[in-house]
Amino acid sequence: MEPLEIAEKLKQAFISEVVDISEFRGQVSVTVKRERLLDICHFLKVDPDIKMDYLADLCGVDYPERRFRFEVVYNLYSLTHRHQIRIKALLPSDAPTIESVIRIWKGAGWHEREAYDMFGIIFNNHPDLRRILMPEEWEGHPLRKDYPLKGSETWEYQDYEEAQVLHTSDDEWNIGSSS
Amino acid sequence: MGNKSGQGNSRVKTEELTLNMGPQHPATHGVLRLVLDLDGETVVKCTPHIGYLHRGVEKLSENSTYLQVLPLTDRLDYISSMANNIGYCTAVERLFEIEVPERALYIRTLTGEMARILSHLLWLATHALDIGAMTVFLYCFREREKLVDLFERLCGARLTVTYPRIGGVKSDVDDEWLDDLYKFTEEFPTRVLEYETLIDKNRIWLKRTKGIGVISAEDAVDWGLSGPTLRGSGVAYDVRKFMPYGVYDKLTWEVPVGKNGDIYDRYRVRMEELRQSNSIIRQCIDGMPAGPILADEPKFVLPAKEKVLEDMEHMVHQFILMTKGPQTAPKGEIYVATEAPKGELGFYIVSDGTGKPYRMRVRAPSFVHVSVLPKLCEGNLVADVIANIGSIDIVLGECDR
Repeated sequence: MEPLEIAEKLKQAFISEVVDISEFRGQVSVTVKRERLLDICHFLKVDPDIKMDYLADLCGVDYPERRFRFEVVYNLYSLTHRHQIRIKALLPSDAPTIESVIRIWKGAGWHEREAYDMFGIIFNNHPDLRRILMPEEWEGHPLRKDYPLKGSETWEYQDYEEAQVLHTSDDEWNIGSSS
Repeated sequence: MGNKSGQGNSRVKTEELTLNMGPQHPATHGVLRLVLDLDGETVVKCTPHIGYLHRGVEKLSENSTYLQVLPLTDRLDYISSMANNIGYCTAVERLFEIEVPERALYIRTLTGEMARILSHLLWLATHALDIGAMTVFLYCFREREKLVDLFERLCGARLTVTYPRIGGVKSDVDDEWLDDLYKFTEEFPTRVLEYETLIDKNRIWLKRTKGIGVISAEDAVDWGLSGPTLRGSGVAYDVRKFMPYGVYDKLTWEVPVGKNGDIYDRYRVRMEELRQSNSIIRQCIDGMPAGPILADEPKFVLPAKEKVLEDMEHMVHQFILMTKGPQTAPKGEIYVATEAPKGELGFYIVSDGTGKPYRMRVRAPSFVHVSVLPKLCEGNLVADVIANIGSIDIVLGECDR
């Protein structure tokens, strides 16, 4: 099926859930409300004409100026029919929670952990929702747009003097000398 | 560390203990830490911990121009940096609708397959070493050195090449370089046969790999595995065939597929891929067309170096592209996957029309493959953990990004 046909079929099945359908460079994105996301994903996976059996990627995107600040993006692919589609679920900034899709695709688990780690998006019914790339005690979510590039506080290199002491005996090994 | 009797053999008292494996363990192929709950020699629970090599590539990319991102991609899968460059450039070109000249596509396909051979050779060397075959390690590095030398002659770098460019490649290949590469491809199949002679029917190798770390085709798809790890389970999904890029659709080659989904089948798939990549390289050399190596798109593509040194207009173009990025980038989003040596390497890029990507997500195959480790290891022996890690061919630079 063509991506737009898949999007239309999805819209017919979930008319009140689909917010927007857009096409760019031959790829179709379907923006949906988060409430019935599990049903939508289940439909996309089991419908014999669509059969999106492969979750290629899942990630978050942050739009601070929008009413629905976060998007969870699901890039889906069908190994059976060789077609792809993108689902985008909208999340408000005050309650960035959404249902986990582990029950649909087992491989979603770590992608969801990363979206939680980087954006602070909570995935309900995730069996092991903890940080994955940042340390457990880390504060803040690095990929949010309001998170500064160089971290949350001014960090100074404090080991310079120690390094100097460490290299006081370098001359013994003729390091840096031209002879 | 616990201390209670196990449930297995009633005459043998086992002790449960928690073992930290890594992040410095040499057999973890990087900075991977596994917390293993053991009951005797059996792994009851395996918990991977990653992030020790997290450098914030995605955050850095969102604060860099499209061209400044290119060297960052080298540092993902640093064993085959060429494949990452090609993946990123392909995604950006599709976003900007840039038509790449055919010669550049041939060169990219050729160098991409060189990267695949490099990656598979290092995988075979280290995987065999993990299991105890030292000679294979030395043999693989012998061939690897020749290819790395060719990379060095091509672009000056051996590891992080940064050779492709958005719209083409950095510099042209000459006939002498192609001749030397062709000579390599003539002798390489014999070398692959040598490796196979050493381990293919080796009793220890078979005992350590046959029927170990089995993952069914259905499970492999469900977990989102890709590349040789998925194909070892019998699923013939290869991005080069399903969503062709470069000139793969113009060449004749096969997708090697396993049957049983165990470590041995994943090994066999990669060995066959070495031969297929060798054949692809030969076809690329034979069919290499003449022509330009960079697209004529001044708004997106860097001008040729000699032109930059000659006139002001090209110098301004280069300065703007490098420091501010393309000024006429389209608004939109795109997900483009390529077949890296480890599996499906995808770039999801959101463009807001500025010179920098608003969001750049790297879908790294190693990240997905590490997530399946508990499934492969739990219930098996602790010695098989090493073999399993090797069989999924992970690089932590790509996993942690």
